[in-house]
Amino acid sequence: MREGIVQRFSFAVYLGLFFLYLLGPLAVMAVSAFNTPDYPQVWPFEGFTLDWFGKLLSDGDMMYGLRTSLWIGVLVVLVSVPIGLAGAIVMTQIPVRARATYYLVVVSPVLTPGVIIGISTVVFWREFTTLTGMKFMYDGIVMTVLGQASFISAYCMLIILARLQRFDRSQEEAALDLGASYPQVFLHVLLPFLKPALFSAAVLAFLSSFENYNTTTFSILADKTLTTVLAGRVRQGTTPAISALAVFIVAVTVAGALVYEVMKRREDGRIRRRQQVAAKAEEAEFSGTPEPAAAE
Amino acid sequence: MAAAVELEGVNVTFGDFVAVRDANLTIEPGEFFSFLGPSGCGKTTLLRTISAFIEPTRGTVRIGGRDMKGIGPNKRPTALIFQNLALFPMMTVAENIGYGLRVRGVPRHERDEKVKNLLIQIALPEHGHKLVSELSGGQRQRVAIARALAVEPSVLLLDEPLSALDLKLRQHMRAELRAIQKRVGITFIYITHDQGEALTMSDRIAVMNAGVIEQVGNGRSVYAEPRTPFVASFVGENNAIRGRITQAANGTATLDTPIGPLTGRNPVGLPAGDEALIFVRPEALKLGGDPPSGFEGEALDVTYEGSITHVTMRVRTGQKITLSLGGGAAGILPQPGDMLKVGFEPQDGLLLARPERS
Amino acid sequence: MSGGLTLVVALPLLAALILILLSRLERRKGAIAGPGFFQRNGVAVGLYLAVAVGFWAFFIIVLPQLAMVDLSFRPKLPPSQMGGPKDIFTLENYRYFLFGSTTSTANWNWLHIKAFFLSIGVSILITLLNLAICYPLAFHMAQSAPVARLRVLLLLLIIPYWVNEILRAFAFRVLLSSGGVVNKLLMGGGLLDAPIDFLGNDVGLYMGLSYAYLLMMIFPLYNAIESLDRNQIEAARDLGAPWWHIHAFVVMPHAKPGIASGCTLVFMLSAGALAAPLVLGGPRTLWFTPIVYDRFYQAFNWPQGAAYALILLFACIVFVLAVLRMFRLSLGEIAR
Repeated sequence: MREGIVQRFSFAVYLGLFFLYLLGPLAVMAVSAFNTPDYPQVWPFEGFTLDWFGKLLSDGDMMYGLRTSLWIGVLVVLVSVPIGLAGAIVMTQIPVRARATYYLVVVSPVLTPGVIIGISTVVFWREFTTLTGMKFMYDGIVMTVLGQASFISAYCMLIILARLQRFDRSQEEAALDLGASYPQVFLHVLLPFLKPALFSAAVLAFLSSFENYNTTTFSILADKTLTTVLAGRVRQGTTPAISALAVFIVAVTVAGALVYEVMKRREDGRIRRRQQVAAKAEEAEFSGTPEPAAAE
Repeated sequence: MAAAVELEGVNVTFGDFVAVRDANLTIEPGEFFSFLGPSGCGKTTLLRTISAFIEPTRGTVRIGGRDMKGIGPNKRPTALIFQNLALFPMMTVAENIGYGLRVRGVPRHERDEKVKNLLIQIALPEHGHKLVSELSGGQRQRVAIARALAVEPSVLLLDEPLSALDLKLRQHMRAELRAIQKRVGITFIYITHDQGEALTMSDRIAVMNAGVIEQVGNGRSVYAEPRTPFVASFVGENNAIRGRITQAANGTATLDTPIGPLTGRNPVGLPAGDEALIFVRPEALKLGGDPPSGFEGEALDVTYEGSITHVTMRVRTGQKITLSLGGGAAGILPQPGDMLKVGFEPQDGLLLARPERS
Repeated sequence: MSGGLTLVVALPLLAALILILLSRLERRKGAIAGPGFFQRNGVAVGLYLAVAVGFWAFFIIVLPQLAMVDLSFRPKLPPSQMGGPKDIFTLENYRYFLFGSTTSTANWNWLHIKAFFLSIGVSILITLLNLAICYPLAFHMAQSAPVARLRVLLLLLIIPYWVNEILRAFAFRVLLSSGGVVNKLLMGGGLLDAPIDFLGNDVGLYMGLSYAYLLMMIFPLYNAIESLDRNQIEAARDLGAPWWHIHAFVVMPHAKPGIASGCTLVFMLSAGALAAPLVLGGPRTLWFTPIVYDRFYQAFNWPQGAAYALILLFACIVFVLAVLRMFRLSLGEIAR
């Protein structure tokens, strides 16, 4: 029993240290966003201020970068989710012998450093657009969307694939059998089934795109996103405005996570209620009085 | 009137594996037709061939007299009820039932009307707005039937739809299915490995084994007049004893077996000298007396079930033979360990050629 | 250069074409059963699938990588001479990495070579460190935490997960810089007279890297351990196995794919990290990725940059293969 207490105590210490390590730096940074000195500091706390948030909003480059980042995020979602969906469907249909090769190709971007993806994207498209006379395509935003799409599509594919593997193909067959055309089967049966995964994939794609730096810094060319502006600012010098930005992002994340949690709980509740209804119907059936079916 | 479904020399192979071998069959309009066989016998493949999910490697499928070659599953006048029902979980009950009409472009009000009628027919008028996950197993079953019937198919295909239900409900649904079929009057093609289901519901049964249709006939003929050893042993309980025919005449023959000579009917006219099997149903075996064919053995297990008593006995060769004794016939029930003398009448024994593969 | 690009585009397309033709042939021979691709999906959906996957696989993944390989073997030329007679295959970019000169092999390019091996070595250490830090928590979450606590823990983990890499590095800068919180606390407590230069001696960088990719380790571990049947642990405990034995011979073998995938991710991210070295590195900091960056945007020598990127990619591939070998896994088991 004594061993149990020691174990428990040491585990609690470990847990405390872990989260101190994980959240401490963020907390410190957050506090510095509300402190008056020019340099991000926590202690001594010289006075509460919201000025740094104002600075943030009036920082033209930062705001421009933010707009570009949001724009790129939306485009990446629009490109990566459909590609990930197609990639997942093809994965379930491809002949077994070709599957390993296909998997290697489409998953490789996940295991490739982001800088390399950014580099290879600009290297290829610079030549390709020159050669094909589509120089207008060689643009920071287009390059960034393409570069990010390589690995974000793979994330999307893995998310969608996980759900697709639980799909019951007989539902597709049932729809076909009832007279649906192939596009109808896809729209009415497969897509609704995949909807939760598509939603998760879209959220993940947007967030991954928004926070990406390594690929973007190469592929954005002369343009700028929030992360590249941020990197520039951080290198120039440290100001609490950057802490303020972090506070803002953490706040949005927390809000998002909480909304997600609430939605999930509601959905769980709904599923539980349905199961209860079904169980009740089942009971009625077994109590020996099945409802007369053929009411003629 | 053209046959509902005709199969002509249908073969289905997957690589080297022959799933269906040379199926020839005519199913009449309005018939309740069953395919009966163990799992892996090719019956589901055959059903999927009829509904166009599998293309026959060779042969022709005709529905309503029309060759179905190249006609996809969404264009055939068939509707399939899947083993797992395959109801759409993201649609309500009403949307499920109306789906076939929706993709056919039937206007909404007409569709709603029809769905409402079908909901009444399956006794779920209040359940249209529910999701499938809120229904019981039996209710889901009925929704699947209504969904298939909504498109007014000329043939309804059912792939073991009752296998997921428990026994009591299954028996109830048998009667219900049969009633629905009588009412709508279309052809039902039913797949099952459960001989009870096949015998109680069907007008005719095709017994399948290893990709081959072994026998087609009504329940009684399949049970009483099996034409192959497989049918004899798969449909109903049966005892098979091997031996060599010593004499054959006038539709009967006598088989020399390790437990003595046994006489039975010889419908296929096997000649003397042939290796053969004699099949005797458990209920045809009688205790004691002095019937023409008889043998002895030791009772191993006696199960009393009221109207009937099951006895398992072991004969000299070690083979186990089962008997079903009617409640009235047995004055004194045998006890395990008793030596029993049993026999049967010639008309209750059936001689069939031994299959080459065994 | 255009000749190179033609090759780059033509080769994979040719390979794909040959594969498609082969499968056609096999289908005709009856070796492949079942409906064809367009028969199974219909024309419209089939077309969408083929175009989307084709564009992704070729134009976004394979062709850029090949173009980079091609470029890395070419000399740096002004645009006017590209595709001209001087545009030939050469090893000069790799020679530069090793010897610091495109022609001479007299002296080793210690600065870059050291940076490369230091990056790889430190990344391996960070990977192991993160595995050690995360394993107990992952095990606790997956096997013994009550549901309510699990949700809170997951939430606490997810929030920092989505904080930008640069901001995470920045947080460490706030913490560790000479005027930062830690130094002020230490000095205020009388423990120090002068601030410690955490950033100048790279302690800040290494901590920042470990910190930044901590969560890349914990989620794969958690997922893998979660699928282990709790009864297996109970059974081992009943048989009297000590706790370390249970972990070494029951939990870890089961969690192999998760461990491998977490390690691969952390290594790859840390070896390829750009933000942390930029933000937390001192003036003398050696890290390979910023050197690659400088080849492109300081030296404007793209072929050389491509060669450097390939060297980094090569190291990552070797690491992934080594991990797969060590754990006897296939790629499909770790990339999930």
